[in-house]
Amino acid sequence: MAPILRSTSLVALLVFQISLFLFTSTLPISSGSEDSYTITGRVRIPASTAIGHAAKFSNIKVVLNGGQNITFLRPDGYFTFHKVTAGTHLIEVYALGFFFSPVRVDVSARHHGKVQATLTETRRSLTELVLEPLRADQYYELREPFNVMAILKSPMGLMVGFMVVVVFLMPKLMENIDPEEMKRTQEELRNQGVPSLSSLLPASR
Amino acid sequence: MAMALRLYLLLIVFVSSAIVSFSLYEDQVGLMDWHQRYIGKVKHAVFHTQKTGRKRVIVSTEENVVASLDLRHGEIFWRHVLGTKDAIDGVDIALGKYVITLSSEGSMLRAWNLPDGQMVWETSLHSAQHSKSLLSVPVNLKFDKDYSILVFGGGYLHAVSPIDGELLWKKDFTAEGFEVQRVLQPLESSIVYVLGFLHSSEAIVYQIDSKSGEVVAEKSKAFPGRFSGEISAVSNDKVVVLDSTRSILVTISFVDGEISFQKTLISSLVEDSGEAEILSPLLSNMLAVKVNKRTIFVRVGDQGKLEMVDSLSDETAMSDSLPVADDQVAFASVHHEGSKIHLTVKLVDDLDTVLLRESIQMDQHRGRVDRVFINNYIKTDRSNGFRALIVMEDHSLLLLQQGAIVWSREEGLASVTDVTTAELPVEKDGVSVAKVEHTLVDWLKGHILKLKGSLLLASPEDVVAIQEMRMKSSGRSKLTRDHNGFRKLFIALTRAGKLFALHTGDGRIVWSTLLNSPACARPSGISLYQWQVPHHHAMDENPSVLVVGRCGSDSSSPGVLSFVDVYTGKEISSSDIGHSVVQVMPLPLFTDSTEQRLHLIADTDGHVHLYPKTPEALGIFQREFQNVYWYNVEGDDGIIRGHGMKSSCAGETADEYCFTTRELWTVVFPSESEKIISTLTRKPNEVVHTQAKVSTDQDVLYKYVSRNLLFVATVSPKGAGEIGSVTPEESALVVYLIDTVTGRILHRLSHQGCQGPVHAVFSENWVVYHYFNLRAHKYEVTVVEIYDQSRAENKNVWKLVLGKHNLTAPISSYSRPEMFTKSQSYFFPQSVKTIAVTSTAKGITSKQLLIGTIGDQILALDKRFVDPRRTLNPSQAEKEEGIIPLTDSLPIIPQSYITHSLKVEGLRGIVTAPAKLESTTHVFAYGVDLFYTRLAPSKTYDSLTDDFSYALLLITIVALVAAIYITWALSEKKELSEKWR
Repeated sequence: MAPILRSTSLVALLVFQISLFLFTSTLPISSGSEDSYTITGRVRIPASTAIGHAAKFSNIKVVLNGGQNITFLRPDGYFTFHKVTAGTHLIEVYALGFFFSPVRVDVSARHHGKVQATLTETRRSLTELVLEPLRADQYYELREPFNVMAILKSPMGLMVGFMVVVVFLMPKLMENIDPEEMKRTQEELRNQGVPSLSSLLPASR
Repeated sequence: MAMALRLYLLLIVFVSSAIVSFSLYEDQVGLMDWHQRYIGKVKHAVFHTQKTGRKRVIVSTEENVVASLDLRHGEIFWRHVLGTKDAIDGVDIALGKYVITLSSEGSMLRAWNLPDGQMVWETSLHSAQHSKSLLSVPVNLKFDKDYSILVFGGGYLHAVSPIDGELLWKKDFTAEGFEVQRVLQPLESSIVYVLGFLHSSEAIVYQIDSKSGEVVAEKSKAFPGRFSGEISAVSNDKVVVLDSTRSILVTISFVDGEISFQKTLISSLVEDSGEAEILSPLLSNMLAVKVNKRTIFVRVGDQGKLEMVDSLSDETAMSDSLPVADDQVAFASVHHEGSKIHLTVKLVDDLDTVLLRESIQMDQHRGRVDRVFINNYIKTDRSNGFRALIVMEDHSLLLLQQGAIVWSREEGLASVTDVTTAELPVEKDGVSVAKVEHTLVDWLKGHILKLKGSLLLASPEDVVAIQEMRMKSSGRSKLTRDHNGFRKLFIALTRAGKLFALHTGDGRIVWSTLLNSPACARPSGISLYQWQVPHHHAMDENPSVLVVGRCGSDSSSPGVLSFVDVYTGKEISSSDIGHSVVQVMPLPLFTDSTEQRLHLIADTDGHVHLYPKTPEALGIFQREFQNVYWYNVEGDDGIIRGHGMKSSCAGETADEYCFTTRELWTVVFPSESEKIISTLTRKPNEVVHTQAKVSTDQDVLYKYVSRNLLFVATVSPKGAGEIGSVTPEESALVVYLIDTVTGRILHRLSHQGCQGPVHAVFSENWVVYHYFNLRAHKYEVTVVEIYDQSRAENKNVWKLVLGKHNLTAPISSYSRPEMFTKSQSYFFPQSVKTIAVTSTAKGITSKQLLIGTIGDQILALDKRFVDPRRTLNPSQAEKEEGIIPLTDSLPIIPQSYITHSLKVEGLRGIVTAPAKLESTTHVFAYGVDLFYTRLAPSKTYDSLTDDFSYALLLITIVALVAAIYITWALSEKKELSEKWR
């Protein structure tokens, strides 16, 4: 699983770099007056991970500082937080079916609200505030397809298996033992006085 | 002994290794769980009923929800829950395709796509001060690009383009003492009128060009006297205001910018006048005034002359006026009469013309009508038909059309404030509620279908049939107690003061009752307690719950107690207790002969009052008088006080059920460095199975299990704000464990560079809490486990045999506890709203933490993940015990979300309650939505699951019997042939 993940993130990185050339204007530069700034970013769900999930932008929430502000995505995936003070903030994205890493966002007062972003889970810093899911979440267990082994492993299967062993294999085992030898061992056991299973069974005689 | 122990451990490993997470197959959704979606009490409603497309109504609610509802069935097309500080001020439809919402005191304007609820644009508006927030979307039916949305909020008037949310212009109205009251834009006019009052005594009208935002003209006129804030706009150039004495109505007309006042004494309109109040409905050329508990309608003439045209009884709700055909304007009013409500739609110009008069039978437990919104449609005979959306006092939302309730939504359930559980009645012998629906053939058929399903051999039609069968099966919605305790009632108290009983099987409302009080019309409910739970004595009595409420919002207002029968939902009695309610303390273990539980209620004067007020209860209480302690937390001052009972307060009052208390101890936190942000105790009814904890090396640890432990978390005052507001050096989080009998601080743990909010859960001998680590900039979860040192010597078997142990020594809070703690911290990658823990009947089953995340999902996390004994490299023995290797962060396994692919929007709390079956626990989560499921933290080890395939068992047995007969026949044959030989 891990190598697959890594490769997708590599692809994502490539996409980043390409989009860096294309949308240099979307760099996370915030604007605003002396002490309040604006953070603009974008949520992108790669088409490859969105399979099986209805990746609807309308149900995605972006949360600033654990609930201080909640905003929603525009159709193009962009979101904006207005009136953010300078300092270190936390942005989280909540979308059903995906897991996003929280993002540490430093808004610098000295550089007029320049934004630096780092994923807190992977400690990867972002060149622009484009948030992608770390993984797609599958909330349900998948039903195993019909499997003979699974049936055999179930308690009932084990029961049947044990019965089969006892019914068909035990007589075979008994046959292999020499009756003389068996009698001798039984005698020995009786002499030692150790209660044994065979001594309790009258049918063994 | 050792062998048995090892076997036991092996068993634990076997059981525990099997369950790593709660998991669910997709086809099991809805078998044990249910989910209900709500929106809350509706504040604004805008109808969208064009000929084409689906008919819908856009609503905004007090739970900060904007939603689009299907007008035919009341279902939710889409909805969005905005942030808690993002209250909605106005909602409207622009361009016929966008829903516009104004929120956050007029500083946030958003547009949502009408069909699917996708946000189209969002504009943050500049705001400088608190002010009224007004949203005005011109009702221009023609598609005209030129018009703009006018928003007033925060002292600024903004014009915003409805297409992309671009700010066209803004105008500053933040002048000292100036309050904008109305923004009016006459139809097909390019002039916007802004009317405001300067120091409440001078009216100023600005005329602003709607294209450029330039002030064209400004007129002002001083008023001899003062205005009150209440204002009603009756037409495009007239408003009516109440003056500050509330006895004079002033008509302000500003035709062509010239302001003129015209005063009318209310006493000249009605005879017995008192203080007047202008009601909110917007009626054209008319206003509604409430005087002396009557609603009067006052028509405003052309010259600003006022005349009374009608008067109605007080319990009348009115809608805004609505243009109907031929320049006529109609409005609706609803009033009560017995158990019926009467809906009347009249023309504003001619109150004698009644367009519609309907009477509808209404449930008494919905209270009165709070708000009315009307909408008209053209019937097939070209006359006007009306539909009315009404909001009742219990917050429910109903659509009335053609004299009937088309649909209703119980929106009160979106604001649940407290929850408790109750048992259902026992099934009586002879009266079988269960229908005997199964013949043997049906039963077998069903199981063969199930078998096919579990072997994945079922066709799609079969799958549907199986699902249907499961949903209906096993009488899960019966109204009687079942053997496993799966069927229960959750009693929920809502903010509207209504009590609902929800069935765990299917989530339906079994009964609901609106609280009444002799003292005040509608008390507000505070909390809910189990009052009478008969299980040994008084079996013929129905169980009941106690609802504590108060008349008024202030904490010193008098309290009200109400006792409600759980089986029927009838209010047994309700009493006005004549003192305030600060704290309600159910006394554990104290019940009287009818199994009523004793409760103490503390008031603001420092007295406590005993309930029930019976001599028997008094006797029981007096026996334990010296052993009753309580504490209170003064969060603002940073003080925790412990109290003991002193004497009866007979000296002051004749009430023998009233007691004075004495202060035993105080814990004062230094206000400059610590501020209390969270306190928590164990659930009083929690069951602990064993005090001893056996570890792998056959060492025994004794849990320090005390009911009198209080967990307190404090932060530096600077760190009490939001996350971005403080640096790591400035904030520290300190947690305490305090014994509430002696006030002794048992444990103190400090986290430097951390801050709140703290969400914690306390169970048995451990506390788990969630907070924010500013240095790592991540959330952290810490577990603290408390162990009793004084019992650690009891490990020796010989001591036990010879009786030299101290296990039977009485436990007293006064003896100095020798205890030690173990703790460990982990990172957690999500914000949290609330944490709860599973609870089972005997406390044997392992526990799971239920973490309500800010994404409104609930994650079940095994307690083994937050175990201080976790190490990086656990030994083989420790692994056998089930200790997980230490990781720096807690895992989030998607399959362990108990809400699976659902969200409990606006999650506020999680309640757990044990079922009778030890393995199983009920989980109920409430917020804007409700969610219920049944959890088995260690899987259902004590019963067969619903999935159990009886058919497979039957087939196995049949196969075995057949095999026996075949082999018997074969052996007979063989024997016979051997004999012949």
